[in-house]
Amino acid sequence: MAIFLNENSKVIVQGMTGSEGMKHTRRMLKAGTEIVGGVNPRKAGTKVDVDGVSLPVFASVQEAISETGANASVVFVPPAFSKAAVIEAIDAEIELVIVITEGIPVHDSVTFWNYAESKGNKTRIVGPNCPGIASPGKSNAGITPADITGSGPIGLVSKSGTLTYQLMYELRDIGFSTSVGIGGDPVIGTTHIDCLKAFEEDPETKAIVMIGEIGGDAEERAAEYIKNHVTKPVVGYIAGFTAPEGKTMGHAGAIISGSAGTADSKKEALEAAGVKVGKTPSETARLMREVVENL
Amino acid sequence: MDLYEYQGRALFARHSVPVLDGGVATTPQEAVELAERLGDRVVVKAQVKVGGRGKAGGVKLADTVDEVKTHATNILGMDIKGHTVEKVMLTVTADIDSEYYFSYLLDRANRTFLCIASVAGGMEIEEVAHTDPDKVVKLPIDAGVGVTEEIANDIVTRAGFPEDLRDQLVDVFVKLWGAFVAEDATLVEVNPLVRTPEGKVLALDAKVTLDENADFRHPENAEFEDKAAVDPLEQRAKDSGLNYVKLDGAVGIIGNGAGLVMSTLDVVSYAGENHGGVKPANFLDIGGGASAAVMANGLEVVLSDPQVKSVFVNIFGGITACDEVARGILGALQTLADRGEDVTKPLVARIDGNNAEEGRKILADANHPLITVVETMDAAADKAAELANKGA
Repeated sequence: MAIFLNENSKVIVQGMTGSEGMKHTRRMLKAGTEIVGGVNPRKAGTKVDVDGVSLPVFASVQEAISETGANASVVFVPPAFSKAAVIEAIDAEIELVIVITEGIPVHDSVTFWNYAESKGNKTRIVGPNCPGIASPGKSNAGITPADITGSGPIGLVSKSGTLTYQLMYELRDIGFSTSVGIGGDPVIGTTHIDCLKAFEEDPETKAIVMIGEIGGDAEERAAEYIKNHVTKPVVGYIAGFTAPEGKTMGHAGAIISGSAGTADSKKEALEAAGVKVGKTPSETARLMREVVENL
Repeated sequence: MDLYEYQGRALFARHSVPVLDGGVATTPQEAVELAERLGDRVVVKAQVKVGGRGKAGGVKLADTVDEVKTHATNILGMDIKGHTVEKVMLTVTADIDSEYYFSYLLDRANRTFLCIASVAGGMEIEEVAHTDPDKVVKLPIDAGVGVTEEIANDIVTRAGFPEDLRDQLVDVFVKLWGAFVAEDATLVEVNPLVRTPEGKVLALDAKVTLDENADFRHPENAEFEDKAAVDPLEQRAKDSGLNYVKLDGAVGIIGNGAGLVMSTLDVVSYAGENHGGVKPANFLDIGGGASAAVMANGLEVVLSDPQVKSVFVNIFGGITACDEVARGILGALQTLADRGEDVTKPLVARIDGNNAEEGRKILADANHPLITVVETMDAAADKAAELANKGA
């Protein structure tokens, strides 16, 4: 099973012919992802050879879908062009669009999100500024390293890329159903709650790791959701307990303003919802290990 | 980026939002010259990015040029909640009949924009929202539609603004929305927005936050950046394209990925509790690549901080394999030595992930006198804290 992305996913890459797009297309192919083409209007009709695989370049997402049956897109286009790329994907009504690009202006993210809403949210948006989705052994769409771990019972949702990799690495002997990097920007498409809901419904997922960080109130709202809707065990981790107020910690969304968005308030909310929260990544891994042993 | 009031006012003026005539001064003499141009009565306001300046004595009315000089002299250099006043803004004064509150902002939780308006302005809007919630109107603004005249009219009606100001207010609300979008702002706040006895609407304050991700569309706004107030190390890091935040501790931190670096700060702080309370000296995310060149720039910035006593390099090799990271660390130390930098502080490296064993072996074989390789993040943080405490 896995969530959002599986062995039936046919993936196109928007911005495939750029350097980042090319590098990661190669890695995704190696990970076993079924990549069916790329989109670049200026190079439409050409083919790109990636390690012996010949990938067609289409003029639009719509054309790529018509020609290949693609149902997911990964976006690597630069920030200035990302809004147009995502809106194009929404117009083509592709099921899933994963926006890897970092540094997209928040007005653009709000605009494409509001646009997706106005079109009835037929397209699931993941990101921006995220590592993408990995369903080990099935498909990998984005930049998550595919060789850290294999498939298993843990579902993971995280705002942070490298922390995701760290937790996957610490729990590599157990394995993961799907890991979703939802991104560190203030405005993102798919949320912690969307992933929790999908993991709860996914029979392959037996336990959930949720990684959050300072800023906003997404973790607090996720805690509320867990309390009322999630029956599977959840282990949490929050980064940024010692971060000072008013400083943006790398991710545009990671900023404490006043009393809002602190790691302590998130930890308290999660614990009140019955989530075990690790103080460090290693403790979080240990807590998850205990959970899995008792499944 | 939060703007100073005088910058926000300039930005409003750029979009034809009605503001009072005024200007900014960095010395009492400049303030006097400005006051002479503005005329008799002016208000002198400290320019700081923190609230409560009025209570701190940072806002004064002056009826004469002598008073302007006195107030400017007193206010410039004043400390307001840890912020030193480097500039004062002077404006002509306006008689106030009523004070209102108005803002547009990013509503993260609902992934949209929000308009907040109230006829009860001039005081803490949070307080009004708490005690008299009916007086504060919150209206989501769809980014695809924006604030049309129709929507602006709706805001006037819902918030209960006086009818005789309707046309002026609609005009101001549409213009402020224009500014909010055109400048890629995440906050545009006017408190107070006032009505003068003559029935004129004026923005008496301007609080603006701009989205730095959109800087590429706004080269003209680069002048708003307050280079003097930026920590010199932060500026140096920014010039090298690094994401660095200066903190107060003794353990220099370098990692890849914002979340992992935040987590590293936490783990080092916990470890420091057993080592004389040492704390992280900085946040530094060198990004996914972690090449030797980027590592060298990062190390250079961290080592230039005189408070740093030890450095913790915490890398998870995902896309970049750990053997490359190991060579990056060695290459960085060599690069710094070649540049003539004084590299004497101990460095603890924890590299995990893709090809970790090979990476650790490269570091072990190099037998560099400053490098200690520790396998886990917790143990490495402990070692780095211990070394910082010894070196302090």
